[in-house]
Amino acid sequence: MSATSEHAHDEISKKVTFTVWFSLLGMTAIEVILAYEQLELKLMLALLMGLSLIKASLIIAYFMHLRYERRSLILTLMPALLFVVGMLFVVFPDSLRILAMKVH
Amino acid sequence: MSSHAQDLTATPGGRETIWSGGGSPYAIGSNKLGMWLFIVSDAITFSALLVAYSYTRTSTETWPRPFESASVINATVMTLVLLSSSVTMVLGVRAAKMGIPKRAAGWLFATLMGGVLFDILHLREWFGLFHQGVTPWGNPWGTPLFGATFFGLTGLHMTHVTIGVFYLAVVALGTARGKYNDEVVEVAGLYWHFVDLVWMFIFPLVYLLSAKI
Repeated sequence: MSATSEHAHDEISKKVTFTVWFSLLGMTAIEVILAYEQLELKLMLALLMGLSLIKASLIIAYFMHLRYERRSLILTLMPALLFVVGMLFVVFPDSLRILAMKVH
Repeated sequence: MSSHAQDLTATPGGRETIWSGGGSPYAIGSNKLGMWLFIVSDAITFSALLVAYSYTRTSTETWPRPFESASVINATVMTLVLLSSSVTMVLGVRAAKMGIPKRAAGWLFATLMGGVLFDILHLREWFGLFHQGVTPWGNPWGTPLFGATFFGLTGLHMTHVTIGVFYLAVVALGTARGKYNDEVVEVAGLYWHFVDLVWMFIFPLVYLLSAKI
């Protein structure tokens, strides 16, 4: 790789870094506003989880540089992690049902 | 023989074969790969705690909502501090890659100060809860499990931040003295961004979901 293209890549990454930072701050602000809105628990959980997943993906892709790594590394790390975390959620719907099933 | 097959068997220019460690299938150093594998396993640990917390949170009617506006603002400032320290970390890695170790050490120092500030704000919050009678086994408002999940989750995260502060201090000093190369800084950066990432889940799920405003 020539010195100029490396330099160009650096310039992009600095701009990208601050863009990512501002979008993370923006999403945090939305989350805090949501907390003040006092929405229903299930909806709130879904919205907060969704925003957090987007934030986490941005951090992994740009701050942790994974987007620019070789695809073999991404394929080694991410599917395994997503599978295990997904398996943790297998019984999660029960938590939403328990309240309705409770004898009052 | 194709060049690909040659790569697997021959040793052009005395290079080791792939089978004896000459190849680099991920095109990164072993330190960085090791840190990535650690991060994946640590992510699973935190996921288990977060899922367990979320499960009990949504299935319990008497879940305490102790976080008033002041707590939410405190936690928002903590988020801001941690996100900003991630940016200084990115700038530190950048400086190290550009071959300016002194500047990299400066950014690393700024990053670890962010970690210290985060710990101070977090401990202030913890002691506030202690004063209100929250313990890992009970609290004045509702299900006792609140304290166990709250202190377990935030405690593990705070431990990671604290270890990160010492880790960054060692790397910053070593980098300033020219002892470490840019890969060491980059690997430390991976760890720090991961700690930031975990907080992106703890903040909304623990604080915002149990806010009393």
